[in-house]
Amino acid sequence: MTTYLFYFLSFLAIMFALMVVLSKNPIHSVLYLVLTFFAIAGHYVLLNAQFLAAVHIIVYAGAIMVLFLFVIMLLNLNKDTEPHKSLWLKGSAAVASGSLLVILVGSLRGAEQIIASNPYSNSIGLIENLGQTLFKDFLLPFEVASILLLGAMVGAVMLGKKSIK
Amino acid sequence: MTLTALLIYKGILVLAVFAITLLVATYSTYAERKIAAFLQDRIGPDRAGPFGILQPLADAVKMFMKEEMIPSVSNKTLFILGPSIAMLTACLTGVVIPWGSSLTINGTVYPLQITDLNIGILYLFGVISLGVYGIMIGGWSSNNKYSLLGGIRASSQMISYEVAMGLAIIALVMTTGTLSMKEIAAQQHGWHWNAFIQPLGCLIFIICAFAETNRAPFDLPECETELVGGYHTEYSSMKLGFFLFAEYINMFISSAVISTFYFGGYNMPFIGRFVHDPNVLAILGVVFLFMKISFFIFFFMWVRWTLPRFRYDQLMRLGWQILIPLSILNIVITGFVMYFNGSLN
Repeated sequence: MTTYLFYFLSFLAIMFALMVVLSKNPIHSVLYLVLTFFAIAGHYVLLNAQFLAAVHIIVYAGAIMVLFLFVIMLLNLNKDTEPHKSLWLKGSAAVASGSLLVILVGSLRGAEQIIASNPYSNSIGLIENLGQTLFKDFLLPFEVASILLLGAMVGAVMLGKKSIK
Repeated sequence: MTLTALLIYKGILVLAVFAITLLVATYSTYAERKIAAFLQDRIGPDRAGPFGILQPLADAVKMFMKEEMIPSVSNKTLFILGPSIAMLTACLTGVVIPWGSSLTINGTVYPLQITDLNIGILYLFGVISLGVYGIMIGGWSSNNKYSLLGGIRASSQMISYEVAMGLAIIALVMTTGTLSMKEIAAQQHGWHWNAFIQPLGCLIFIICAFAETNRAPFDLPECETELVGGYHTEYSSMKLGFFLFAEYINMFISSAVISTFYFGGYNMPFIGRFVHDPNVLAILGVVFLFMKISFFIFFFMWVRWTLPRFRYDQLMRLGWQILIPLSILNIVITGFVMYFNGSLN
């Protein structure tokens, strides 16, 4: 049952991701990206990571993509205003992203032989375990990441200010 | 319970919650007109049935019979998708709300909650954050300046107030120590209502709930003095009805969430002294929850017909410069109090 669900969700994720790239209208692209995020959140639920799935939806679909949509609607991007790239630029972009794909696939090759250090338990992605891990084993990286986000926020506010007193 | 029995029971519960949600939303429109009439010293609708009790039916028939208009320059798929998403996200939230404790019949426990998610609050928050898509897509796809402005106002308002709402919820999670709605409701037995433990968080949450449901004084997205009809200017017939109806469903769900988070949910103080049968208590709990919900729906309407609308800069200042610092302060105070009275251990 879960295998079929996995294949179904993977099919949806890949199809929507392709539609993001292929659709002409930027608004449609953003909406397809939201659907892709939903398919990926479904994968998290299949892996028993409910917290991650919920946060993924809240942060990406609920906040970041709304801002994307917001900007695109304000700028009113259309097919006509989109600048046309030359052929060699398209070709080099295809080569660059193709080689990135090869590297990603290569790095994942043999991943199925790695044995997990913790035996699988069905409560592994629940919030209690996640909190214990984040605040005991990975406290320093967690706090450093929060400072990084704070720095980015302060930087954005400074850039947005008209004049610095 | 066997799997089949469980599925049948959950199916019945889902249908019941869905039907009750629609019924309450339908009669909220009637209640709104009557309360508006009462506050403005009028009579209100009184023609359809005794006291105008059939007015919602008449409205529904009117909405269905109206001519369907889709602007020729609009994006047709998205134009239809907008109200559908608004309706869908409005109906999704009822899943995690505990409508009562649980009934025990012949030794089998029937919980009066569709599903007790481990991350119930986050689920709720995720669905609320998706609610903005319906309005944005509807506003943009109408291809009308007023609609677009209404949609953009709605989205910026909802994003701004979601932050303060999330921070108010964090303080609540700190004191309750759980993300499950069922446990939060069960913890508020007797007078242990979270409103007394988290008064500031409760106030912030209620203000943000007003902003998230686009109710007055935060109904800038459909401000008719500036924007004709806001994001639903181009909509007619039942698609307009869906947008308006989604607002009433959101109001009902917000009232249920406010009651569950801060005002004891299905708990009623002192009732345990008079009633001892757990099944009767559970059913009374549902009644109490709906009484609290009715009060908050009335409160929503009372505020709407009392306060004038904010100006847009006032709205943004309230959100970013008052509510967010206050909710961060609330988290800090909660942390200090919890640290010094030793409840962290």
